[in-house]
Amino acid sequence: MERKIRVLVAKPGLDGHDRGAKVIARALRDAGMEVIYTGLRQTPEQIVQAALQEDVDVVALSILSGAHNHLFPRVVELLKENKAEDILVFGGGVIPEDDIPFLKSKGIAEVFGPGTPTSVTVDFIKANIKRK
Amino acid sequence: MQTNHEDLAQRCLSGDIRAIARLISLLEDGDRQAYQIFGTLKNSLGRAQVIGITGPPGSGKSTLTDKMITGLRKRGKRVGVIAVDPSSPFSGGAILGDRLRMQGHATDPGVFIRSLASRGTLGGLSKATASAVHILDAAGYDCIIIETVGVGQSEVDIVKVADTVILVSVPGLGDDIQVIKAGIMEIGDIFAVNKADRDGADRVVREIRAMLETQAMLKFGKAVPAGPDTLAARNAEAVHHGRLMETPQKTETEQDPHAALELPPVLKTVAETGEGVDVLLETALKQFETARLSGELEKRRMRAIRAQLQDLVSWQVMEYFLSHEGVRHLDRLSKAVFSHSIDIYSAAETLFEEFFHGGIK
Repeated sequence: MERKIRVLVAKPGLDGHDRGAKVIARALRDAGMEVIYTGLRQTPEQIVQAALQEDVDVVALSILSGAHNHLFPRVVELLKENKAEDILVFGGGVIPEDDIPFLKSKGIAEVFGPGTPTSVTVDFIKANIKRK
Repeated sequence: MQTNHEDLAQRCLSGDIRAIARLISLLEDGDRQAYQIFGTLKNSLGRAQVIGITGPPGSGKSTLTDKMITGLRKRGKRVGVIAVDPSSPFSGGAILGDRLRMQGHATDPGVFIRSLASRGTLGGLSKATASAVHILDAAGYDCIIIETVGVGQSEVDIVKVADTVILVSVPGLGDDIQVIKAGIMEIGDIFAVNKADRDGADRVVREIRAMLETQAMLKFGKAVPAGPDTLAARNAEAVHHGRLMETPQKTETEQDPHAALELPPVLKTVAETGEGVDVLLETALKQFETARLSGELEKRRMRAIRAQLQDLVSWQVMEYFLSHEGVRHLDRLSKAVFSHSIDIYSAAETLFEEFFHGGIK
């Protein structure tokens, strides 16, 4: 049997809008991946525990409220603390261009803004997952 | 590879989250070598109570599971959850959304939640569900809850894995004929009528009880007196609905307490608020204890092992068939059937004979 790519789609922080996260989840599903969706208003701790228990290859974070500079790096940090730095982390949502270099320096592999074709995200995951 | 698996098995026994999670993935992906870990784990199996929760999509299984986790944690039990959702028949992908209702327990070290995609299996579970249960059992979780995919009428695989099956119904899905049909309604050890704050809940309760009483009556050849706890209530309902029921005004000895025990309880719950969930949980725990003491649990587990073993062998045979030229012969004979040169039943017979008696290598 082939190995399935497993992705955790998570919404950290307090914004209450998850249309984007659901579209991504759906696109990844259609690309043959198994997507676990956490729902809204998750703490980095909840997201990381879910990622560990679900043994995912990827954590996809979506945020619209502006707290990305705090919450995204925190997820990466907690994964490291749990010796799970092999899990790929990327983000999406409303993220100002200027913040992207900082996020990347903190271990966020990529940031996808509004309008990114879903195929780009799919290809990115396939090319970058660390556990083959 | 070998040492890696052994290391994972040891870490699983000590409760290491990543090891547990990884082992489940390996088993899910059909890694044959991973099965070897059960040599190490086998003496640690059979300790947990396995509760299956099944019912139609949207009936509240995940929310009910969430509230049951809370109740089990209050009782000091460590809880493992396996939540199965369907895979796409087209892309093979899946959206696993059961966890969403249980994320409140994500950071509790006494709770482990794992979502599985059904991956083409149609019985309400996935092939790896039983193995995932074994992993959580070996890792020391006291109670393992399996939430099936949203089921219809015939997905009954859960009985092969669970010690206790809770069948969740909701008001508004159909009339009493749905309740007496064969299949899913026969496998409940406990019936939960969820969303019981909605109209029609009492009717569903009565219909299920009537179904269970008829079942018991057919089995024991006489009208079954209701259990003492709910006797008055049920009589009142029966009278209220003009349903004929033998009045259970008998002496203790005349009553058949065994028959009364045979009736699975029908309980009302409102998972959203938690109403009734504690009674449901208590009933499940008590039922398990009773079954353990009476030897019924042992019998049930023997039957389950037998069924699981049968599944494993048939999957292995199919895999062997499809990986050994079987596909080519499948194609050849399909064409022959299509062109009417052989009928489909003879083709199946031919395929079987050729494959198992030396024809196909």
